[in-house]
Amino acid sequence: MTAYLHAFGAHLPERAVANEELAARLGCAAEWIESSSGIRERRWAAEETVVDLGAAAASQCLAAAGVPASQLGLVILASGSAPPGFPAPGAALANRLGLDAPPVIDVPMASAGSLFGLALAAQLADRFGDVLVVAAEKMSAILQAHPLEQNTAILFGDGAGAALVSSRPGPWRIVDCALHTDGQFREELAYDGQAALRMNGLSVILQATRKLPSVIREVLDRAQIPASQVSAFLLHQANQNLLTRVAKSLGAPPERVFSNIARYGNTSSASMLIAAAEWSRQNPPPGPVVFAAFGAGLHWGALLADSR
Amino acid sequence: MPDTRQRLRAVVEKVAQKPVPGDPDESLFESGLLDSFLLADLVGAIEEEFSIKVPDSDLNPRKFDSIARIESYLSSRT
Repeated sequence: MTAYLHAFGAHLPERAVANEELAARLGCAAEWIESSSGIRERRWAAEETVVDLGAAAASQCLAAAGVPASQLGLVILASGSAPPGFPAPGAALANRLGLDAPPVIDVPMASAGSLFGLALAAQLADRFGDVLVVAAEKMSAILQAHPLEQNTAILFGDGAGAALVSSRPGPWRIVDCALHTDGQFREELAYDGQAALRMNGLSVILQATRKLPSVIREVLDRAQIPASQVSAFLLHQANQNLLTRVAKSLGAPPERVFSNIARYGNTSSASMLIAAAEWSRQNPPPGPVVFAAFGAGLHWGALLADSR
Repeated sequence: MPDTRQRLRAVVEKVAQKPVPGDPDESLFESGLLDSFLLADLVGAIEEEFSIKVPDSDLNPRKFDSIARIESYLSSRT
């Protein structure tokens, strides 16, 4: 595997939904929402679709990389909240980017979709050249299709992220990745396109607190890199308390776990790439970078990149 | 030597920083003693106290919902 991360992009819809607005609708306290999740506000799209969100993030990523869409050899689109049915939204995204020949792979996964997309891109870059990975979610459409439920409505937001992966040398070399799936807990976090989103928070958090540190250690141990030497952890932004706990489990300084969940909430598969886009704009120091995600399925994984 | 229930109650109280309900069947979640993150801490503390490894496949909150259920789980592991 010879693959590099070249650039990231992100797009968030304009409308911010503050805890106070949700608290009034749900009959709970705004302070409780923040203390239980670390979220202060999230973005909910109005008219924008998953494809609209994804196309905006993709364009920003391509501009940051200085790569025209016509140079792409493959597009991967992760989305767990796109409307069910076929064709999946990847074809429309490619069309929006002006592409009429490069293949598109849809990854219909939720929170771990962008991590799986990056891992897939890393493996396929030798064959396809420049691979654009996009993750786009309109979670508010799922939430608002039914009466709002407190334990899910407070968490989720809309947005999109993108990353360009290529076999051409770039700023971050992809060193290794680890992917896992365990279907025995698939009912604990699920959406079937009809009934309301179901989430057993106790079970999901219990699994995530074990599996995320474990899979991160898996890639770090193989590379013989201690967690203390990782310059940044770019994780799925599920819950601030979970991010803090992962840092503690790994013995990593908490400030190295990038967090923007207070502003955007949990944007499912998009969150990790939105975090990467914001992190990359901060002129980050060189060193190993760990991407990791966990979500419905259960699917989880980690990817190690290094800029040195 | 404290019995399993005494040791278990001590572990739960240490994690929750609150007294455990007298009724061993009372839900530790519904009573407000534990939330999702404290549950993760509790599993780790149980592993340490009883020198066991709880596999991910056993990470079902229902197994840890009350003192009685945790006791039952522990006896299934011996």
